[in-house]
Amino acid sequence: MEEELLEEIFASYKGNRRELVPILQEVQENLGYLPENAMSDIARFIGVPEGHVYSVASFYAQFRLLPLGKKRVAVCRGTACHIRGAPQILSTVEKTIGLKEGDTSEDLEYTLETVACIGCCALAPCIRVNTEVAGEMTPEKAQKIFLSKGNGGQDVG
Amino acid sequence: MSGKRTVHVCQGTGCISGGAEHILSQLKNSIEGLSPKEDIHVKCTGCHGFCQQGPLVVVEPEGTFYTRVKLVDVAEITMSLKRGGMPADRLFYHNPVTGNPVPIYRDIPFYKQQERNILKSCGKIDPEDIDDYFSAGGYRAIRKAILEMAPDEVIAEVDRSGLRGLGGAGFPTGIKWGACRRASGEKKYVICNADEGDPGAFQDRSVMEGNPHSVIEGMIIAAYAIGAQRGFIYVRAEYPLAVKRLKIAIEQAGKKGFLGKGILDSEVDFDIEIFQGAGAFVCGEETALIASIEGLRGMPRMKPPFPARSGLWGAPTLINNVKTYANVPLIIANGSEWFAMRGTEKSKGTVVFSLTGKVANCGLIEVPIGITLRNIIYDIGGGIPDGKAFKAVQTGGPSGGCLPESLLDMPVDFDSLVLAGSIMGSGGLVVMDESTCMVDVARYFLDFTQRESCGQCIPCRLGTKQMFNILNDITKGQGRPGDIELLLKLSESIKLSSICGLGKTAPNPVFTTLRYFRDEYDAHIHEKRCPAGVCSIK
Repeated sequence: MEEELLEEIFASYKGNRRELVPILQEVQENLGYLPENAMSDIARFIGVPEGHVYSVASFYAQFRLLPLGKKRVAVCRGTACHIRGAPQILSTVEKTIGLKEGDTSEDLEYTLETVACIGCCALAPCIRVNTEVAGEMTPEKAQKIFLSKGNGGQDVG
Repeated sequence: MSGKRTVHVCQGTGCISGGAEHILSQLKNSIEGLSPKEDIHVKCTGCHGFCQQGPLVVVEPEGTFYTRVKLVDVAEITMSLKRGGMPADRLFYHNPVTGNPVPIYRDIPFYKQQERNILKSCGKIDPEDIDDYFSAGGYRAIRKAILEMAPDEVIAEVDRSGLRGLGGAGFPTGIKWGACRRASGEKKYVICNADEGDPGAFQDRSVMEGNPHSVIEGMIIAAYAIGAQRGFIYVRAEYPLAVKRLKIAIEQAGKKGFLGKGILDSEVDFDIEIFQGAGAFVCGEETALIASIEGLRGMPRMKPPFPARSGLWGAPTLINNVKTYANVPLIIANGSEWFAMRGTEKSKGTVVFSLTGKVANCGLIEVPIGITLRNIIYDIGGGIPDGKAFKAVQTGGPSGGCLPESLLDMPVDFDSLVLAGSIMGSGGLVVMDESTCMVDVARYFLDFTQRESCGQCIPCRLGTKQMFNILNDITKGQGRPGDIELLLKLSESIKLSSICGLGKTAPNPVFTTLRYFRDEYDAHIHEKRCPAGVCSIK
């Protein structure tokens, strides 16, 4: 299935080495991360050594070499968030879902990461669950989001 | 003004996080369902600026301003729009000091003191509708440029305006364009740097989300002026809404004949592609950004040659920031004299800031260059909330510095900020109060730069890490005498021996906090206490 998907993705590219970053983005969007096999296939497709694909994939913060959880929780550590209490939000979330920054739970339910800035600084501090942003966080609000069961990253506000 | 009313529902990232999408669709439904029918148009707009008060709903032409709107308020707003209906005063903005309601946004100090050029149409036009951009005067400048002006005249006009690059460094735009035009090469490229990576800054995002056509029009004019055929907008991955709106805008502009072959029946061919960054702060540096588009690790290279001579795939390449391009149509349409009326002698025009942190009114603001920090923080920002005292204001992100109260009356322009040890940067302005620890802030920024250093210059890769370690120790009460001297020595070497701006400016937060808040360092190191009570010292 993974091979078919890659074929499908490759069909919209020319196989040019300059397409590497967009291809990696599209593969990750579909698979959730960049498996080793996929990186080898990409290397063959654009005609570069596998090491080159790995060097680019490991350079950019967006790319993941391990599977991610269903709910990707990102705590913003931008400047405005930092001075308005992001460190406390991060430690609350860490305690509530039992993960450290950068970790994924064994059941692949959650991944906890920090991001440099979501760009919602006027509503600092912020967190993002998958694509939904929630602002004006407090440790209590953050705890509530993750204690209410069945939250799929929806309705985090 | 005719009697026709328009209800603007802000669809910026901030307001959407508060549920603005649902508010928009519900308002549309409930107003359509009114009987008798009212001639009211409900529309989606980009960021209105006062994100902290969002979700925002504005009724024009009166300018009635509803704040913190929730789904349950939709019925009340709908009723207020019926003939003879009374405004929903419960949702007005309330002056935080007096508690008085302010019904019209133009009367709110946050808006009153601003001068909006780049942001003029943000929050007013529908960013997904090119016709709305037309009705605000859009694509008039490109007509004028292509049909009435020679490329050199366009460059001369931009040069005369005094526009300086708004990505942070403030390089004169006209000079850059001229160099690109003169550079030899059959192929040339125009790139828009929208890799807004400074934590605490979101003005580029808001311009792209709120008025994407203004950026595109500026790029087309640039392409005509320098003779480029292809353009790229390099947007950071964290901005999906900006990408979506830019894509729609590019498609619409193509259909109307502003992009593609033979623009406006001239010989000008130009196309724009969007390239999404992959989360590397250093890619905001122009040569790293180019490497990233070429499919490589985003690592800066030595300059010269500058991209104007040898950029993307070795071809002459013009790189400007989002707001620089957004200014261009205004300069061409209104003339360089109009633009140069605002600003100081050496820094013309306006600047857009993301005003955030410990300040009463947070949001996106546009002010003439040369306004004082005090004006921004106290008049527009409404001062420091919760009865706390002001301590510092941070400009320029990780490359900038923290300025103390004694500099609040300094004019904000490119050169004054550099003299004070900071930089204009891309436009983040983070206010800090007495409960912020300046050593912790310095530690915070060095943590950021040591994560984001690309690693090729060893003094930057290892030096920022060492600086972070020292600052970390100080904030834990493990600072030692001599640490400050060591920090200064490291700062000097990193600054001198890094090839790009990231390393060259990485020590700035340490330099400025040491220059203006040395007593806080001393308290941590010698007395083992944090005056602001932020650091946990055992």
